[in-house]
Amino acid sequence: MKARFEVNGHKVEVAVEPRLTLADCLRHHLRLTGTHVGCEHGVCGACTVLVDGKAVRSCLMLAVQAEGSKVVTVEGLSKDEGLTPLQASFRKHHALQCGFCTPGMITTAHALLSEEPDCDADRVREVLSGNLCRCTGYVSIVEAVLDARAAYKGGTS
Amino acid sequence: MKNTFIGAPMERREDLRFLRGRGEYVDDLEVDGLLHAVVLRSSVAHGRIAALDASAALKCPGVHAVITAKDMPGGVPIIPMRLQPLPEFKPYEQPVLAHDKVRYVGEPVAVVLAESVALAEDALEAIALEIEPLPAISDYATAVQNKSLLFEATGTNRSLVFHARKGDADAAFRDAPYTRRERFSTGRHYGLTMEPRGVMAQWNAETSRLTVSGAAKVPFFNRRILAKQIGLPETAIDMIENDVGGGYGARGEFYPEDFLIPFAARHINRPVKWTEDRRENLMAMNHAREAAADIELACARDGTILALRGDIHNDMGAYMRTNGAVGARNVCQFLAGPYRVPHVKVDSHLWMTNKTPVGTYRGPGRFESNFFLERLIDMVAAALGIDRVEFRRRNLVTQAEQPYPIADVQPTDAKDKYDSGEYQAAFEQCLKEIGWHEKAKLCGRLIDGRYHGLGVSCFIEGGAAGPKETARLEVNDDGTFSVYLGTTSVGQGVETIFAQIAADALEVPIDRIRHVYHGSTHYVSDGFGAYHSRSTVMGGSALLDATKNFHTAIRAAGAKRLGCDASTVAIDGDKVSNPDGRSFPLSDLAGLTAEGTFSNHHHTYSYGTHAVHVAVDPKLGRIEIVDYVVVQDVGRAVNPLTLKGQVIGAVVQGLGGACLEHLQYDDDGQFLTGSLADYLLPTASDFPNLRCVITEDYPCPNNPLGAKGAGEGGIIATGGALANAVAHALAPLGAEPRDLPLTPSKVWELVGRKRV
Repeated sequence: MKARFEVNGHKVEVAVEPRLTLADCLRHHLRLTGTHVGCEHGVCGACTVLVDGKAVRSCLMLAVQAEGSKVVTVEGLSKDEGLTPLQASFRKHHALQCGFCTPGMITTAHALLSEEPDCDADRVREVLSGNLCRCTGYVSIVEAVLDARAAYKGGTS
Repeated sequence: MKNTFIGAPMERREDLRFLRGRGEYVDDLEVDGLLHAVVLRSSVAHGRIAALDASAALKCPGVHAVITAKDMPGGVPIIPMRLQPLPEFKPYEQPVLAHDKVRYVGEPVAVVLAESVALAEDALEAIALEIEPLPAISDYATAVQNKSLLFEATGTNRSLVFHARKGDADAAFRDAPYTRRERFSTGRHYGLTMEPRGVMAQWNAETSRLTVSGAAKVPFFNRRILAKQIGLPETAIDMIENDVGGGYGARGEFYPEDFLIPFAARHINRPVKWTEDRRENLMAMNHAREAAADIELACARDGTILALRGDIHNDMGAYMRTNGAVGARNVCQFLAGPYRVPHVKVDSHLWMTNKTPVGTYRGPGRFESNFFLERLIDMVAAALGIDRVEFRRRNLVTQAEQPYPIADVQPTDAKDKYDSGEYQAAFEQCLKEIGWHEKAKLCGRLIDGRYHGLGVSCFIEGGAAGPKETARLEVNDDGTFSVYLGTTSVGQGVETIFAQIAADALEVPIDRIRHVYHGSTHYVSDGFGAYHSRSTVMGGSALLDATKNFHTAIRAAGAKRLGCDASTVAIDGDKVSNPDGRSFPLSDLAGLTAEGTFSNHHHTYSYGTHAVHVAVDPKLGRIEIVDYVVVQDVGRAVNPLTLKGQVIGAVVQGLGGACLEHLQYDDDGQFLTGSLADYLLPTASDFPNLRCVITEDYPCPNNPLGAKGAGEGGIIATGGALANAVAHALAPLGAEPRDLPLTPSKVWELVGRKRV
């Protein structure tokens, strides 16, 4: 069947099986491989994308459920040149090593900071506790997100 | 130009692609005509394969082939061991497909090739596999009885005993004024990588060449295995390292799928890709750590350690895999830790069980042995009435005693000495950082419903395994440089670190190091890879050697072109010049290249101390980390930013192993923790208060960088430090943790039992 939705500002129409997850649709049909699949059962958060502004696990959502939605992936949050303030903060704080969980961390943190630019460390930890990272121990990720708050105040980024 | 990029906390080059979703991991690859593989795995822990019928599966839509042992008429290849390949282990090595018996839940039996992963998984259900069950061995205590045997031909479930020996421990025990014997155990963990494993193989029938993507950690060694198994010259195989989503010792060893996928690609003459799902990953990737210790310490009344002896039983799982013996060797070789122990006699027993086979996981054998000894030290110190800090102070090895010899291990050639370091200095600094003196009075106090406690644990970390590493430099068209490495990246920042080393060695601005290529087998003549915290030390030292050869080659080329003696040629920025002032741009030498190597059998030994302040909720069994400090001396830090990342990341992995993680089986060998909802990893809200201090007081005398491997020290002492802190928190209740992980229920049990 056909699924019609918007990805990173572009309208797409994809022929999919009903059982295809949004994650697999993004990765293998639309070739947006920045979204990673780490567990396929909604625990690790690596596949997190924004659906109508909310952070969503794309492994727990079927592609056909995205019908009519606006989907943003890590590629859609990025600039052609350089890094966004959130990405630059991740780099500054060494908030990534192998990079596999990173797209999910960036999308989740972006959704959080967009809604709550004044969040404190406990809140950052609470929200990010849905995204597993095996490399960093999270300390640097929390620092990076807190340090990026300023860029979200006033509704920019 | 004298650079100091080495030692600078530089931001990473690789981050630019990772942060924007532009990394390329093996599952991101797509090629024309690609078929997808899925693996049928045994659902029975121990049994005989009575029947295997794939005919119905072959009729499923989109299915192209089902590969079983019958497709390998020359015999099913066996995966050889990479480290400690002793003849005793031969009978226990793993075939790439089970064909007679199955020995663990998750063992590969067949491979389905289909148009999509979903279609292949549909067909998997249609394969008729009949297994006649045999009694399963689900722990070492059952293995010891030898009633049911995994390998009947050997007549035993014990594949080997490692003997760690130094001095005459039995004599020392006979005369010792005080001895204490205790039993401890650690849980079953694994180096879970966030990226599941994957392989994509492309066979070119016209040129008889095989390209294997998804290589990691040790691609040159794996190419040797694959070439032999598949009957091709090594030079006909290219192993390609893509971005690798974590290693931790587990990713990149040669697994059954590393043969099966290339074999399938050649068999069907189409590209084939396989990516495991998380459930497979939990039951197929190397397990680690599960060990039980029965050990004994002999001391003088003043707390001077006299001798150490005992037995350690390792639950090896069903086969001896490539690096499966490392943990069992280390657990006896390093049981004495950073302490002065004149007499050692420790036997490490390797018991085969019907579980996923073991391999290394960051700090193999070291995490376990550290927990065993550090817990025992606290118990001994208390019994002798000596402060546990004073006890450690008295026994830590001093710089004056370096190089300090440790126990030999038979039947291997493991003889070793620590290299340099004043271990007490790191210890004192760690105590100071955490405020031990002021906080000590909190131990055992109940404050707002939680018991507070302090724990300390001292560690030694081995690094820089030999025998060799290779690096190469090349001039690019625009006069910049490319670095090619035989070592590999598993996410630790290789591109940044080697750009720093290269820029310093070449004395050029760092942006003139255009590319750092690593891992794939076509970059250098031979490579050894990323394990045993060796990349920076071995690869970095090889790069220094390559620089010498590279400069010699540039001078020789300059002499020829400028008509002068090579010794008078100067390399000045992007120009090559002679004393007459004649010069030409370096870019004229584009393509000029030189390789260098570093050979070394001396391991590096970084060292340090962990100290932790915990608050334990006796009702919920929850352990809160109030403060955690690591002090580690690494000889020389190339990039303090990434190094601290290694330490803190390792601490959290270790706390996961100390508090949460355990791969569980039932008595029938059925695997019970097949999802991330069952095998619990630390999350962002679990362990917030962590700090580390890096010192460079004692450079390694055995390599030109002076660096010591430092990727594992953060994990090694976590179990010991945490369990000691919990013991001191719950001291009023008389609790003595002897088994990890300290899950809430286990803590609750420790508390509850003492209350009655």
